[in-house]
Amino acid sequence: MTLQRRWLIAAGAGFIVALVLPRVGVPTFYISLLTQAWIYAIVAMSLDLLVGFTGLVNFSQAALFGVGAYAVAIAATRYHVVDFFPVVCIGIIAAVVTAAIFGLVALRSEGVGFIIITIALNEIVWGLAYQWVSVSGGDNGITGIVRPPVGPFDVSANTGYYYVCLAFFVISLILLSIIVRSPFGLVLKGVRETPRRMRALGYNVWLYRYFAMMISAGFAGLAGVLFAWYNQFVGPTSLSLDQSTQILIMVILGGIGTLYGQLFGALVVVFLSNELSAVTQRWEMVLGVVYFVVVMYAPGGLVVLVPRLWARLRGLRPAVERT
Amino acid sequence: MSGAASCLALDGVSKRFGSLSVLEEVSFVIGQGERCGIIGPNGAGKSTLFNIIAGELPLTRGAVRFFGGNITRMPAHARARAGLARTFQTTTLFPKLSVIENIVLALQAHSAERFHLLAPRSRYHSRDREARALLDRVGLASRSNELVDALGYGEKRQVEILLAIAQKPKLLLLDEPTAGLAPGDASLVTEMLKRERGDITIVLIEHDMGVVFDVVERLIVLHHGRVVADGTVEAIRGDDNVQEIYLGGKL
Repeated sequence: MTLQRRWLIAAGAGFIVALVLPRVGVPTFYISLLTQAWIYAIVAMSLDLLVGFTGLVNFSQAALFGVGAYAVAIAATRYHVVDFFPVVCIGIIAAVVTAAIFGLVALRSEGVGFIIITIALNEIVWGLAYQWVSVSGGDNGITGIVRPPVGPFDVSANTGYYYVCLAFFVISLILLSIIVRSPFGLVLKGVRETPRRMRALGYNVWLYRYFAMMISAGFAGLAGVLFAWYNQFVGPTSLSLDQSTQILIMVILGGIGTLYGQLFGALVVVFLSNELSAVTQRWEMVLGVVYFVVVMYAPGGLVVLVPRLWARLRGLRPAVERT
Repeated sequence: MSGAASCLALDGVSKRFGSLSVLEEVSFVIGQGERCGIIGPNGAGKSTLFNIIAGELPLTRGAVRFFGGNITRMPAHARARAGLARTFQTTTLFPKLSVIENIVLALQAHSAERFHLLAPRSRYHSRDREARALLDRVGLASRSNELVDALGYGEKRQVEILLAIAQKPKLLLLDEPTAGLAPGDASLVTEMLKRERGDITIVLIEHDMGVVFDVVERLIVLHHGRVVADGTVEAIRGDDNVQEIYLGGKL
Protein backbone atom coordinates (compact mmCIF):
# COMPACT_ATOMS: atom_id res chain seq x y z
CA MET A 1 0.00 0.00 0.00
CA THR A 2 1.45 3.38 -0.94
CA LEU A 3 1.88 6.09 1.62
CA GLN A 4 -0.66 8.24 -0.19
CA ARG A 5 -3.34 5.55 -0.13
CA ARG A 6 -2.70 4.92 3.54
CA TRP A 7 -3.30 8.60 4.24
CA LEU A 8 -6.50 8.63 2.19
CA ILE A 9 -7.83 5.67 4.13
CA ALA A 10 -6.87 7.29 7.44
CA ALA A 11 -8.55 10.54 6.39
CA GLY A 12 -11.69 8.67 5.28
CA ALA A 13 -11.87 6.77 8.55
CA GLY A 14 -11.36 9.99 10.51
CA PHE A 15 -14.13 11.66 8.56
CA ILE A 16 -16.57 8.81 9.27
CA VAL A 17 -15.72 8.94 12.98
CA ALA A 18 -16.31 12.71 12.90
CA LEU A 19 -19.69 12.11 11.23
CA VAL A 20 -20.97 9.61 13.79
CA LEU A 21 -19.58 11.22 16.96
CA PRO A 22 -22.68 13.36 17.71
CA ARG A 23 -24.89 10.31 17.12
CA VAL A 24 -23.22 7.98 19.61
CA GLY A 25 -23.82 9.86 22.82
CA VAL A 26 -20.73 12.04 23.01
CA PRO A 27 -21.63 14.82 25.48
CA THR A 28 -22.64 18.16 23.98
CA PHE A 29 -19.71 19.82 25.71
CA TYR A 30 -17.26 17.79 23.64
CA ILE A 31 -19.26 18.23 20.45
CA SER A 32 -19.00 21.94 21.07
CA LEU A 33 -15.24 21.73 21.62
CA LEU A 34 -14.86 19.71 18.41
CA THR A 35 -16.85 22.37 16.55
CA GLN A 36 -14.38 24.91 17.85
CA ALA A 37 -11.52 22.69 16.68
CA TRP A 38 -12.93 22.49 13.11
CA ILE A 39 -13.13 26.29 13.05
CA TYR A 40 -9.63 26.82 14.42
CA ALA A 41 -8.29 24.17 12.07
CA ILE A 42 -9.56 26.23 9.11
CA VAL A 43 -7.81 29.40 10.27
CA ALA A 44 -4.67 27.43 11.20
CA MET A 45 -4.60 25.89 7.70
CA SER A 46 -5.04 29.34 6.20
CA LEU A 47 -1.99 30.49 8.15
CA ASP A 48 -0.08 27.38 7.12
CA LEU A 49 -0.52 28.40 3.48
CA LEU A 50 1.57 31.48 4.34
CA VAL A 51 4.00 30.07 6.92
CA GLY A 52 4.53 26.60 5.52
CA PHE A 53 4.13 27.11 1.79
CA THR A 54 4.98 30.75 1.05
CA GLY A 55 7.51 31.42 3.81
CA LEU A 56 5.63 34.36 5.33
CA VAL A 57 5.24 34.34 9.12
CA ASN A 58 2.08 36.38 9.48
CA PHE A 59 1.04 37.59 12.91
CA SER A 60 -2.07 39.34 11.66
CA GLN A 61 -4.13 36.22 10.97
CA ALA A 62 -6.37 36.86 13.99
CA ALA A 63 -7.21 40.31 12.62
CA LEU A 64 -8.44 38.70 9.38
CA PHE A 65 -10.31 36.04 11.36
CA GLY A 66 -11.81 38.79 13.52
CA VAL A 67 -12.79 40.92 10.54
CA GLY A 68 -14.75 37.92 9.24
CA ALA A 69 -16.42 37.54 12.64
CA TYR A 70 -17.23 41.24 13.00
CA ALA A 71 -18.58 41.29 9.45
CA VAL A 72 -21.23 38.76 10.51
CA ALA A 73 -22.18 40.79 13.56
CA ILE A 74 -22.28 44.14 11.80
CA ALA A 75 -24.13 42.75 8.77
CA ALA A 76 -26.74 41.23 11.05
CA THR A 77 -27.22 44.02 13.60
CA ARG A 78 -26.87 47.05 11.32
CA TYR A 79 -27.96 45.91 7.89
CA HIS A 80 -30.16 42.94 8.74
CA VAL A 81 -28.26 40.69 6.36
CA VAL A 82 -28.59 37.35 8.11
CA ASP A 83 -28.93 34.68 5.42
CA PHE A 84 -26.29 31.99 5.55
CA PHE A 85 -24.52 32.17 2.20
CA PRO A 86 -24.62 35.97 1.72
CA VAL A 87 -23.10 36.41 5.18
CA VAL A 88 -20.38 33.84 4.47
CA CYS A 89 -19.52 35.75 1.29
CA ILE A 90 -19.50 39.10 3.09
CA GLY A 91 -17.17 37.73 5.78
CA ILE A 92 -14.77 36.26 3.23
CA ILE A 93 -14.74 39.41 1.12
CA ALA A 94 -14.19 41.63 4.17
CA ALA A 95 -11.17 39.56 5.20
CA VAL A 96 -9.74 39.47 1.67
CA VAL A 97 -10.07 43.24 1.30
CA THR A 98 -8.38 43.73 4.68
CA ALA A 99 -5.55 41.42 3.59
CA ALA A 100 -5.22 43.36 0.33
CA ILE A 101 -4.55 46.47 2.42
CA PHE A 102 -2.30 44.61 4.89
CA GLY A 103 -0.29 43.18 2.02
CA LEU A 104 0.43 46.60 0.54
CA VAL A 105 1.98 47.65 3.85
CA ALA A 106 3.58 44.44 5.13
CA LEU A 107 5.06 43.16 1.87
CA ARG A 108 7.26 46.21 1.57
CA SER A 109 9.46 44.22 3.87
CA GLU A 110 10.39 40.57 4.38
CA GLY A 111 11.63 38.30 7.15
CA VAL A 112 11.64 39.90 10.60
CA GLY A 113 10.42 43.21 9.20
CA PHE A 114 7.35 41.50 7.80
CA ILE A 115 6.63 39.87 11.17
CA ILE A 116 6.87 43.20 13.04
CA ILE A 117 4.61 44.97 10.55
CA THR A 118 1.97 42.24 10.77
CA ILE A 119 2.08 42.47 14.58
CA ALA A 120 1.48 46.22 14.28
CA LEU A 121 -1.36 45.71 11.79
CA ASN A 122 -3.04 43.23 14.11
CA GLU A 123 -2.77 45.72 16.97
CA ILE A 124 -4.33 48.44 14.83
CA VAL A 125 -7.34 46.29 13.99
CA TRP A 126 -7.63 45.22 17.61
CA GLY A 127 -7.49 48.88 18.63
CA LEU A 128 -10.33 49.66 16.22
CA ALA A 129 -12.46 46.82 17.58
CA TYR A 130 -11.74 47.90 21.14
CA GLN A 131 -12.23 51.62 20.79
CA TRP A 132 -14.53 52.31 17.84
CA VAL A 133 -17.47 51.65 20.12
CA SER A 134 -20.18 52.94 17.81
CA VAL A 135 -19.36 50.26 15.24
CA SER A 136 -17.86 47.40 17.23
CA GLY A 137 -19.49 47.76 20.62
CA GLY A 138 -16.01 48.19 22.12
CA ASP A 139 -15.07 45.84 24.91
CA ASN A 140 -18.66 44.61 25.17
CA GLY A 141 -18.57 43.37 21.61
CA ILE A 142 -21.72 42.60 19.66
CA THR A 143 -24.26 40.12 20.93
CA GLY A 144 -27.43 38.68 19.51
CA ILE A 145 -25.98 36.92 16.50
CA VAL A 146 -28.26 34.08 15.45
CA ARG A 147 -27.16 31.00 13.49
CA PRO A 148 -29.20 31.14 10.28
CA PRO A 149 -30.57 28.02 8.60
CA VAL A 150 -28.52 26.51 5.76
CA GLY A 151 -31.09 26.17 3.00
CA PRO A 152 -33.82 23.95 4.49
CA PHE A 153 -31.67 22.81 7.46
CA ASP A 154 -31.98 24.33 10.88
CA VAL A 155 -28.48 24.40 12.37
CA SER A 156 -29.16 26.52 15.41
CA ALA A 157 -28.57 23.56 17.73
CA ASN A 158 -25.04 22.47 18.56
CA THR A 159 -25.21 19.19 16.65
CA GLY A 160 -26.42 20.80 13.45
CA TYR A 161 -23.82 23.51 13.70
CA TYR A 162 -21.14 20.88 14.32
CA TYR A 163 -21.87 19.43 10.87
CA VAL A 164 -21.76 22.86 9.22
CA CYS A 165 -18.28 23.51 10.61
CA LEU A 166 -17.11 19.99 9.80
CA ALA A 167 -18.28 20.45 6.20
CA PHE A 168 -16.45 23.76 5.84
CA PHE A 169 -13.33 22.25 7.37
CA VAL A 170 -13.36 19.39 4.86
CA ILE A 171 -14.01 21.73 1.92
CA SER A 172 -11.21 24.04 3.07
CA LEU A 173 -8.80 21.14 3.51
CA ILE A 174 -9.56 19.82 0.02
CA LEU A 175 -9.32 23.25 -1.62
CA LEU A 176 -6.08 24.16 0.12
CA SER A 177 -4.60 20.72 -0.63
CA ILE A 178 -5.31 21.26 -4.32
CA ILE A 179 -3.91 24.79 -4.25
CA VAL A 180 -0.60 23.72 -2.71
CA ARG A 181 -0.27 20.93 -5.29
CA SER A 182 -1.15 23.16 -8.25
CA PRO A 183 1.31 24.99 -10.53
CA PHE A 184 0.54 28.11 -8.50
CA GLY A 185 1.30 26.19 -5.31
CA LEU A 186 4.66 25.19 -6.76
CA VAL A 187 5.36 28.87 -7.37
CA LEU A 188 4.57 29.60 -3.71
CA LYS A 189 7.00 26.89 -2.61
CA GLY A 190 9.63 28.36 -4.91
CA VAL A 191 9.05 31.76 -3.30
CA ARG A 192 9.41 30.15 0.12
CA GLU A 193 12.64 28.38 -0.81
CA THR A 194 14.62 30.87 -2.88
CA PRO A 195 12.94 34.17 -3.76
CA ARG A 196 16.12 35.40 -5.43
CA ARG A 197 16.09 32.57 -7.99
CA MET A 198 12.37 33.05 -8.54
CA ARG A 199 13.02 36.66 -9.57
CA ALA A 200 15.79 35.50 -11.89
CA LEU A 201 13.34 33.04 -13.46
CA GLY A 202 10.88 35.84 -14.16
CA TYR A 203 8.43 35.54 -11.28
CA ASN A 204 7.14 38.68 -9.61
CA VAL A 205 7.76 37.45 -6.07
CA TRP A 206 5.85 40.33 -4.48
CA LEU A 207 2.72 39.55 -6.47
CA TYR A 208 2.66 35.87 -5.48
CA ARG A 209 3.09 36.73 -1.82
CA TYR A 210 0.26 39.23 -2.19
CA PHE A 211 -2.03 36.65 -3.81
CA ALA A 212 -1.13 34.11 -1.13
CA MET A 213 -2.06 36.59 1.59
CA MET A 214 -5.46 37.22 0.01
CA ILE A 215 -6.23 33.54 -0.55
CA SER A 216 -5.19 32.80 3.01
CA ALA A 217 -7.38 35.64 4.26
CA GLY A 218 -10.40 34.18 2.47
CA PHE A 219 -10.15 31.03 4.57
CA ALA A 220 -9.37 33.01 7.74
CA GLY A 221 -12.45 35.14 7.11
CA LEU A 222 -14.58 32.03 6.60
CA ALA A 223 -13.37 30.67 9.92
CA GLY A 224 -14.17 34.02 11.54
CA VAL A 225 -17.74 33.88 10.22
CA LEU A 226 -18.19 30.38 11.62
CA PHE A 227 -16.66 31.50 14.92
CA ALA A 228 -19.11 34.40 15.27
CA TRP A 229 -22.07 32.06 14.78
CA TYR A 230 -20.48 29.52 17.08
CA ASN A 231 -20.22 31.96 20.00
CA GLN A 232 -23.25 34.00 18.90
CA PHE A 233 -21.12 36.89 20.05
CA VAL A 234 -18.10 38.82 18.76
CA GLY A 235 -15.63 40.66 20.98
CA PRO A 236 -12.17 42.16 20.60
CA THR A 237 -10.43 39.10 22.08
CA SER A 238 -11.29 37.19 18.88
CA LEU A 239 -8.80 39.37 16.98
CA SER A 240 -6.20 40.01 19.65
CA LEU A 241 -2.51 39.41 19.13
CA ASP A 242 -2.87 36.54 21.63
CA GLN A 243 -5.26 34.94 19.20
CA SER A 244 -2.75 35.36 16.35
CA THR A 245 -0.08 33.72 18.48
CA GLN A 246 -2.46 30.90 19.37
CA ILE A 247 -3.17 30.24 15.69
CA LEU A 248 0.56 30.20 14.96
CA ILE A 249 1.09 27.76 17.85
CA MET A 250 -1.52 25.44 16.31
CA VAL A 251 0.40 25.55 13.03
CA ILE A 252 3.71 24.77 14.73
CA LEU A 253 2.21 22.03 16.90
CA GLY A 254 0.36 20.41 14.04
CA GLY A 255 3.27 20.52 11.63
CA ILE A 256 4.28 23.45 9.43
CA GLY A 257 3.59 22.83 5.76
CA THR A 258 1.29 19.84 6.26
CA LEU A 259 -2.21 21.46 6.18
CA TYR A 260 -3.99 18.41 7.62
CA GLY A 261 -1.67 18.58 10.63
CA GLN A 262 -3.39 21.82 11.61
CA LEU A 263 -6.39 19.79 12.71
CA PHE A 264 -4.24 18.07 15.33
CA GLY A 265 -2.78 21.41 16.37
CA ALA A 266 -6.27 22.85 16.77
CA LEU A 267 -7.57 19.79 18.64
CA VAL A 268 -4.67 19.84 21.10
CA VAL A 269 -4.91 23.57 21.81
CA VAL A 270 -8.72 23.62 22.11
CA PHE A 271 -8.99 20.51 24.26
CA LEU A 272 -5.98 21.14 26.45
CA SER A 273 -6.91 24.74 27.19
CA ASN A 274 -10.48 23.74 28.08
CA GLU A 275 -9.66 20.61 30.06
CA LEU A 276 -6.67 22.06 31.87
CA SER A 277 -8.47 25.23 32.85
CA ALA A 278 -11.04 23.06 34.63
CA VAL A 279 -8.29 21.33 36.62
CA THR A 280 -5.84 24.07 37.49
CA GLN A 281 -5.61 27.84 37.42
CA ARG A 282 -2.07 27.56 36.13
CA TRP A 283 -3.20 25.82 32.96
CA GLU A 284 -1.41 28.27 30.71
CA MET A 285 1.87 27.26 32.30
CA VAL A 286 1.13 23.61 31.64
CA LEU A 287 0.25 24.46 28.04
CA GLY A 288 3.57 26.21 27.70
CA VAL A 289 5.39 23.09 28.84
CA VAL A 290 3.42 20.97 26.36
CA TYR A 291 4.33 23.30 23.48
CA PHE A 292 7.94 23.21 24.57
CA VAL A 293 8.04 19.42 24.71
CA VAL A 294 6.45 19.08 21.26
CA VAL A 295 8.82 21.56 19.65
CA MET A 296 11.81 19.89 21.33
CA TYR A 297 10.94 16.28 20.58
CA ALA A 298 8.78 16.52 17.47
CA PRO A 299 10.01 19.65 15.70
CA GLY A 300 8.15 18.62 12.56
CA GLY A 301 4.87 18.80 14.52
CA LEU A 302 2.49 16.25 15.92
CA VAL A 303 1.82 14.66 12.54
CA VAL A 304 5.37 13.39 12.24
CA LEU A 305 4.72 11.39 15.39
CA VAL A 306 1.99 9.35 13.72
CA PRO A 307 4.14 7.62 11.07
CA ARG A 308 6.95 7.35 13.60
CA LEU A 309 4.76 5.55 16.16
CA TRP A 310 3.24 3.42 13.42
CA ALA A 311 6.71 2.43 12.25
CA ARG A 312 7.84 1.63 15.77
CA LEU A 313 4.78 -0.56 16.28
CA ARG A 314 5.68 -2.50 13.18
CA GLY A 315 9.37 -2.46 13.90
CA LEU A 316 10.20 -0.41 10.83
CA ARG A 317 12.29 2.63 10.19
CA PRO A 318 10.13 5.67 9.44
CA ALA A 319 9.78 6.52 5.78
CA VAL A 320 11.41 9.83 4.92
CA GLU A 321 8.68 12.24 3.94
CA ARG A 322 8.96 15.01 1.49
CA THR A 323 7.46 18.44 2.07
CA MET B 1 29.94 42.08 -33.66
CA SER B 2 29.75 43.99 -36.90
CA GLY B 3 26.47 43.54 -38.67
CA ALA B 4 24.84 41.58 -35.84
CA ALA B 5 22.17 43.30 -33.75
CA SER B 6 23.27 44.55 -30.37
CA CYS B 7 22.01 42.23 -27.63
CA LEU B 8 23.37 43.90 -24.52
CA ALA B 9 24.80 47.37 -24.28
CA LEU B 10 26.23 49.04 -21.18
CA ASP B 11 26.61 52.76 -21.34
CA GLY B 12 28.86 54.37 -18.72
CA VAL B 13 27.68 52.14 -15.90
CA SER B 14 28.98 53.16 -12.47
CA LYS B 15 28.18 51.71 -9.08
CA ARG B 16 29.11 53.08 -5.69
CA PHE B 17 28.47 51.51 -2.31
CA GLY B 18 28.74 54.56 -0.08
CA SER B 19 32.18 55.99 -0.73
CA LEU B 20 33.43 52.76 -2.31
CA SER B 21 33.40 52.83 -6.07
CA VAL B 22 32.91 49.30 -7.42
CA LEU B 23 32.30 50.02 -11.09
CA GLU B 24 33.43 53.06 -13.00
CA GLU B 25 32.17 54.04 -16.42
CA VAL B 26 31.84 50.50 -17.71
CA SER B 27 30.75 50.50 -21.35
CA PHE B 28 30.59 47.74 -23.91
CA VAL B 29 28.29 46.31 -26.55
CA ILE B 30 27.72 42.60 -27.00
CA GLY B 31 26.21 41.46 -30.27
CA GLN B 32 23.51 38.85 -30.68
CA GLY B 33 24.94 35.33 -30.64
CA GLU B 34 28.29 36.49 -29.34
CA ARG B 35 30.04 34.54 -26.58
CA CYS B 36 31.90 36.82 -24.30
CA GLY B 37 33.92 36.20 -21.14
CA ILE B 38 34.39 38.69 -18.34
CA ILE B 39 37.56 38.09 -16.40
CA GLY B 40 39.49 39.93 -13.74
CA PRO B 41 40.96 39.37 -10.29
CA ASN B 42 38.76 38.93 -7.22
CA GLY B 43 37.06 42.17 -6.29
CA ALA B 44 37.22 43.53 -9.82
CA GLY B 45 33.45 44.05 -9.78
CA LYS B 46 32.39 41.15 -12.00
CA SER B 47 29.55 39.86 -9.86
CA THR B 48 28.33 43.39 -9.14
CA LEU B 49 28.25 43.96 -12.87
CA PHE B 50 26.10 40.83 -13.32
CA ASN B 51 23.75 41.88 -10.56
CA ILE B 52 23.30 45.23 -12.29
CA ILE B 53 22.71 43.67 -15.71
CA ALA B 54 20.19 41.21 -14.20
CA GLY B 55 18.41 43.99 -12.33
CA GLU B 56 19.15 42.86 -8.79
CA LEU B 57 21.12 45.97 -7.94
CA PRO B 58 20.31 49.55 -8.90
CA LEU B 59 23.17 51.36 -10.59
CA THR B 60 24.49 54.75 -9.58
CA ARG B 61 24.99 56.15 -13.09
CA GLY B 62 24.69 54.98 -16.66
CA ALA B 63 22.28 52.89 -18.70
CA VAL B 64 21.70 49.26 -19.63
CA ARG B 65 20.14 48.40 -22.99
CA PHE B 66 18.76 45.06 -24.06
CA PHE B 67 18.14 44.71 -27.81
CA GLY B 68 18.05 48.47 -28.00
CA GLY B 69 15.45 48.93 -25.26
CA ASN B 70 16.42 50.79 -22.12
CA ILE B 71 16.04 48.37 -19.19
CA THR B 72 17.98 50.42 -16.64
CA ARG B 73 15.01 50.68 -14.28
CA MET B 74 13.31 47.41 -15.13
CA PRO B 75 12.93 44.99 -12.17
CA ALA B 76 14.77 41.66 -12.30
CA HIS B 77 11.70 39.52 -13.01
CA ALA B 78 10.67 41.69 -15.95
CA ARG B 79 14.17 41.40 -17.43
CA ALA B 80 13.93 37.63 -17.10
CA ARG B 81 10.56 37.79 -18.85
CA ALA B 82 12.18 39.79 -21.64
CA GLY B 83 14.70 36.98 -22.26
CA LEU B 84 17.57 37.51 -19.86
CA ALA B 85 18.56 34.48 -17.78
CA ARG B 86 21.32 34.12 -15.22
CA THR B 87 23.01 31.57 -13.03
CA PHE B 88 24.62 32.23 -9.68
CA GLN B 89 28.15 31.82 -8.42
CA THR B 90 26.87 29.97 -5.35
CA THR B 91 24.29 27.38 -6.35
CA THR B 92 20.87 29.00 -6.00
CA LEU B 93 18.28 26.28 -6.47
CA PHE B 94 15.17 25.19 -4.56
CA PRO B 95 16.73 22.62 -2.20
CA LYS B 96 13.51 21.22 -0.67
CA LEU B 97 11.82 20.72 -4.04
CA SER B 98 12.40 17.77 -6.34
CA VAL B 99 14.73 17.99 -9.32
CA ILE B 100 11.83 18.00 -11.75
CA GLU B 101 9.96 20.66 -9.78
CA ASN B 102 13.03 22.89 -10.03
CA ILE B 103 13.02 22.56 -13.81
CA VAL B 104 9.24 22.98 -14.05
CA LEU B 105 9.49 26.27 -12.15
CA ALA B 106 11.82 27.54 -14.85
CA LEU B 107 9.65 26.16 -17.67
CA GLN B 108 6.32 27.51 -16.46
CA ALA B 109 7.67 30.97 -15.61
CA HIS B 110 6.43 32.43 -18.87
CA SER B 111 3.19 30.46 -19.13
CA ALA B 112 -0.24 31.36 -17.81
CA GLU B 113 -0.08 27.98 -16.10
CA ARG B 114 1.77 29.60 -13.21
CA PHE B 115 -1.51 31.12 -12.06
CA HIS B 116 -3.50 27.88 -12.24
CA LEU B 117 -4.45 26.98 -8.71
CA LEU B 118 -7.42 24.65 -8.92
CA ALA B 119 -5.83 21.64 -10.63
CA PRO B 120 -3.01 19.56 -9.17
CA ARG B 121 0.30 19.59 -11.03
CA SER B 122 0.00 15.87 -11.63
CA ARG B 123 -2.40 16.75 -14.47
CA TYR B 124 0.25 18.66 -16.38
CA HIS B 125 1.85 15.71 -18.15
CA SER B 126 3.32 17.56 -21.10
CA ARG B 127 5.10 20.01 -18.81
CA ASP B 128 6.66 17.08 -16.94
CA ARG B 129 7.72 15.44 -20.20
CA GLU B 130 9.37 18.66 -21.30
CA ALA B 131 11.24 18.84 -17.98
CA ARG B 132 12.36 15.20 -18.22
CA ALA B 133 13.65 15.75 -21.73
CA LEU B 134 15.81 18.60 -20.48
CA LEU B 135 17.07 16.52 -17.56
CA ASP B 136 17.82 13.73 -19.97
CA ARG B 137 20.33 15.96 -21.73
CA VAL B 138 22.52 15.92 -18.61
CA GLY B 139 21.66 12.35 -17.62
CA LEU B 140 19.59 13.32 -14.60
CA ALA B 141 16.15 12.17 -15.84
CA SER B 142 16.27 9.09 -13.63
CA ARG B 143 16.67 11.30 -10.57
CA SER B 144 13.70 13.57 -11.37
CA ASN B 145 11.83 12.81 -8.18
CA GLU B 146 14.71 13.17 -5.77
CA LEU B 147 15.17 16.36 -3.78
CA VAL B 148 17.72 18.71 -5.30
CA ASP B 149 19.44 18.60 -1.91
CA ALA B 150 20.22 14.92 -2.54
CA LEU B 151 22.19 15.63 -5.71
CA GLY B 152 25.96 15.81 -5.75
CA TYR B 153 27.68 19.18 -6.05
CA GLY B 154 28.54 18.72 -9.72
CA GLU B 155 24.97 17.68 -10.53
CA LYS B 156 23.63 20.74 -8.73
CA ARG B 157 25.90 22.94 -10.84
CA GLN B 158 24.44 21.30 -13.95
CA VAL B 159 20.88 21.90 -12.73
CA GLU B 160 21.87 25.49 -11.95
CA ILE B 161 22.64 26.00 -15.64
CA LEU B 162 19.75 23.85 -16.84
CA LEU B 163 17.28 26.14 -15.07
CA ALA B 164 18.61 29.12 -17.01
CA ILE B 165 18.53 27.14 -20.28
CA ALA B 166 14.94 26.09 -19.55
CA GLN B 167 13.99 29.76 -19.58
CA LYS B 168 14.82 29.77 -23.31
CA PRO B 169 16.73 33.00 -22.94
CA LYS B 170 18.14 35.32 -25.57
CA LEU B 171 20.95 36.29 -23.23
CA LEU B 172 22.52 33.89 -20.77
CA LEU B 173 24.63 35.29 -17.93
CA LEU B 174 26.79 32.63 -16.30
CA ASP B 175 28.49 33.52 -13.02
CA GLU B 176 31.40 31.11 -12.57
CA PRO B 177 29.52 28.02 -13.75
CA THR B 178 32.41 25.69 -12.90
CA ALA B 179 33.25 27.22 -9.50
CA GLY B 180 34.34 24.46 -7.14
CA LEU B 181 34.07 21.68 -9.71
CA ALA B 182 36.58 18.91 -10.29
CA PRO B 183 38.19 19.13 -13.77
CA GLY B 184 36.05 16.25 -15.08
CA ASP B 185 32.83 17.93 -13.98
CA ALA B 186 33.99 21.26 -15.36
CA SER B 187 34.22 19.76 -18.82
CA LEU B 188 30.63 18.49 -18.48
CA VAL B 189 29.55 22.09 -17.99
CA THR B 190 31.64 23.22 -20.94
CA GLU B 191 30.05 20.58 -23.15
CA MET B 192 26.61 21.72 -22.00
CA LEU B 193 27.34 25.30 -23.02
CA LYS B 194 28.84 24.36 -26.37
CA ARG B 195 25.72 22.39 -27.24
CA GLU B 196 23.50 25.48 -26.92
CA ARG B 197 22.04 27.04 -30.05
CA GLY B 198 24.13 29.57 -31.88
CA ASP B 199 21.75 32.49 -31.46
CA ILE B 200 21.94 32.54 -27.67
CA THR B 201 24.23 35.28 -26.47
CA ILE B 202 26.41 34.10 -23.60
CA VAL B 203 28.27 36.26 -21.12
CA LEU B 204 30.50 34.27 -18.81
CA ILE B 205 32.37 35.12 -15.63
CA GLU B 206 34.98 32.46 -15.07
CA HIS B 207 38.30 31.92 -13.37
CA ASP B 208 39.05 28.61 -15.07
CA MET B 209 40.83 29.76 -18.21
CA GLY B 210 40.41 26.35 -19.80
CA VAL B 211 36.65 26.85 -19.72
CA VAL B 212 36.94 30.44 -20.89
CA PHE B 213 39.06 29.60 -23.93
CA ASP B 214 36.79 26.69 -24.72
CA VAL B 215 33.52 28.62 -24.69
CA VAL B 216 34.10 32.26 -25.56
CA GLU B 217 35.57 34.15 -28.48
CA ARG B 218 35.82 37.57 -26.86
CA LEU B 219 37.15 38.71 -23.49
CA ILE B 220 36.49 41.80 -21.40
CA VAL B 221 38.98 42.33 -18.58
CA LEU B 222 37.78 44.19 -15.48
CA HIS B 223 40.19 45.60 -12.93
CA HIS B 224 39.25 47.85 -10.01
CA GLY B 225 35.84 48.37 -11.58
CA ARG B 226 37.12 49.52 -14.96
CA VAL B 227 37.35 47.84 -18.34
CA VAL B 228 41.08 47.58 -18.93
CA ALA B 229 40.98 45.40 -22.04
CA ASP B 230 38.34 44.24 -24.51
CA GLY B 231 39.06 42.12 -27.54
CA THR B 232 39.37 38.68 -29.04
CA VAL B 233 40.75 35.90 -26.90
CA GLU B 234 44.01 35.96 -28.89
CA ALA B 235 44.44 39.69 -28.51
CA ILE B 236 43.84 39.56 -24.74
CA ARG B 237 46.27 36.70 -24.32
CA GLY B 238 48.97 38.84 -25.85
CA ASP B 239 48.10 41.97 -23.87
CA ASP B 240 50.97 42.96 -21.57
CA ASN B 241 48.76 45.05 -19.33
CA VAL B 242 46.49 42.05 -18.66
CA GLN B 243 49.52 39.87 -17.94
CA GLU B 244 50.56 42.49 -15.40
CA ILE B 245 47.16 42.41 -13.67
CA TYR B 246 47.37 38.67 -13.30
CA LEU B 247 50.78 39.13 -11.64
CA GLY B 248 52.75 37.90 -14.54
CA GLY B 249 50.81 34.64 -14.68
CA LYS B 250 50.63 33.49 -18.30
CA LEU B 251 47.05 33.25 -19.47
